[in-house]
Amino acid sequence: MSTLTGSFRRRFLDRAGVDRAVRDAASAKPVALVDEPPPVDIAPNDPLLAYLQGASGVVGIETLELDSPALTAMKAAGVQLAVPLVSQGELIGVLNLGPRRSEQDYSLDDRKLLDNLAAQAAPALRVGQLVRQQQAEARTRERFEQELEVARLIQQNFLPKQLPDLPGWEAAALYRPAREVGGDFYDVISLPDGQVGFVVGDVTDKGVPAALVMAATRSVLRASAQRLVEPGEVLERVNEHLCPDMPPKMFVTCLYGVLEPATGRFRFANAGHDLPYVKTADGSVELRARGMPLGLMTGMAYEEKETVLAPGDSLLLHSDGVVEAHDPDGHMFGFPRLKEAVATYPGGGELIDLVLADLREHTGPDAEQEDDITMVTLARAGGSTPAEEGSAPMRQLTEFDVPSAEGNERLALTTVSAVVAPLGLTDARLERLETAVGEATMNAMEHGNGYRADQPVTVRVLSGSGQVRVQITDQGGASTDRENEVPDIEAKLAGLQRPRGWGLFLIKNMVDEAHETSDGTVHSLELVMHLDDNSEIEHEGGDDDDE
Amino acid sequence: MTTSEMSTTVRRRDRVAVIDLVGDVNARAEDSLDTAWAEATREGPDAVILNFEGAGYINSTGIALIVGLLARARARTIPILAYGLTPHYREIFEITRLADFLAINPDEDSAVRGAERSST
Repeated sequence: MSTLTGSFRRRFLDRAGVDRAVRDAASAKPVALVDEPPPVDIAPNDPLLAYLQGASGVVGIETLELDSPALTAMKAAGVQLAVPLVSQGELIGVLNLGPRRSEQDYSLDDRKLLDNLAAQAAPALRVGQLVRQQQAEARTRERFEQELEVARLIQQNFLPKQLPDLPGWEAAALYRPAREVGGDFYDVISLPDGQVGFVVGDVTDKGVPAALVMAATRSVLRASAQRLVEPGEVLERVNEHLCPDMPPKMFVTCLYGVLEPATGRFRFANAGHDLPYVKTADGSVELRARGMPLGLMTGMAYEEKETVLAPGDSLLLHSDGVVEAHDPDGHMFGFPRLKEAVATYPGGGELIDLVLADLREHTGPDAEQEDDITMVTLARAGGSTPAEEGSAPMRQLTEFDVPSAEGNERLALTTVSAVVAPLGLTDARLERLETAVGEATMNAMEHGNGYRADQPVTVRVLSGSGQVRVQITDQGGASTDRENEVPDIEAKLAGLQRPRGWGLFLIKNMVDEAHETSDGTVHSLELVMHLDDNSEIEHEGGDDDDE
Repeated sequence: MTTSEMSTTVRRRDRVAVIDLVGDVNARAEDSLDTAWAEATREGPDAVILNFEGAGYINSTGIALIVGLLARARARTIPILAYGLTPHYREIFEITRLADFLAINPDEDSAVRGAERSST
């Protein structure tokens, strides 16, 4: 048999019919053979394939007559016998043999032996091919997941770590990536003279390419905003920078606006992004300004418009992940519904929460999020006075971490209570703040940090401007595991809602204001108690004074 | 304010069962509350009274446990009453509308009288 093996030439076909050399399956090293004829490629449409597929055993090549380039090549290479390797009716390889080293013809026994060998080798070879195929698929999946993780990291690193504290204004933001991270981004930029730039954008495509273009856009926009300020000019400059290096079929939509907090003046330009909405006393209106997306072509001009956000007005910047979310019947959430939500709901973080709850109702609770969702809100306090707007900055009283472990909310509420007690809240209002701090810390430990002890909840207490503010921050900025349902005792008693889910409801009822902000990394809930408002809720019987 | 595990005792006043809650009403109170409820309702009382005089911290998980008791009581048409709540927790019971389904009384005698009225 040494003569036979010395003449083996092994050629295999993959499932797509493409002929390729296969190395030794176990060692991935080619078997060094002496006197090997050169490999023969068999094209997928060569009639020799059909012949071998239908052959009942070893095929003599020298006497075979077919109009086949592969057969001609095999004859020229000195192949005498071809042994088809067939598994489950499929030709998966061919064993080509040159002349015997003894220069004798192959005997009948030799051919029988080769037939037996082929019958046993074919299934083993097929198993090897399948294993390789599965390994390749697993590597592809792993590479895909790694790329998604890289995209997530890029996105999250380029989102603002915190939003500016603007007296008389409430800014809130949410970035919620889809599983296949899209190209959404937002940014808040401090500008000269106390102005603040707000950006929301969307890069076409998904994953790492979109994340890289997003990072480049953000960097160029930040640099341009510091030099130019005027929103139209800024977008023009960004477009000129992006165009030369923009990958084919990619572009960026982007809304850039500049707020003067003291006056409420908001100048903006739009590079093909979804229109923002402003809630005014007369309902919600779209802010329109014309402009092509960034990165498509050079020499573009961007129309600049402005509006004034009056006390009580609120602005919503958003990405298409909101309006293009589908319900199970394929209907989109749509612009009209979002516009109506802006008109109906309060502004700020509450608007984001309520739109999210509407979206969840629209898509169904278990639906996978189709695209990134980004919302940035900016609300001007109603009836605020210039004195309030220019009020003194907040003073930090304490900051501490609470390990995320069951029961540790008590640590947070007792510490906050001790720090806040000297500020003059009545006992009843202090007790309400304690309950709100306890519930907010519990939510942060459970829904934000998943009770992971190595991820603490950070608690900051600030006071100033007649207020005490408690900020409770967790690491679950991208978490979707938050309470969205408004608890209803009757629904709970009827088994239509789970018994739990009271936390956020209690918080909002215990404090004067509650503001929620989220980005891709952290989630923060700010509880506000007014120090000059010590009015108590009256209870029937009038026996509820502080004890 | 320190954490204290809840303990319960069950007493009878005629055909009314009284559950004394001592300690924090939170997630850790679930087993104790379940045991007390089973004991209190074993003989089919006219009503069950929850005594919160010894209760400390009550959080939203504790509220959920009480909602669970109310649901079970509803299924067996057993009225539930309460007394001994501080003004703060009474406020919370009112905000959550627990008070609509669980009559809050100032003391035990009032609660027993209320229970007797509701069973006649």
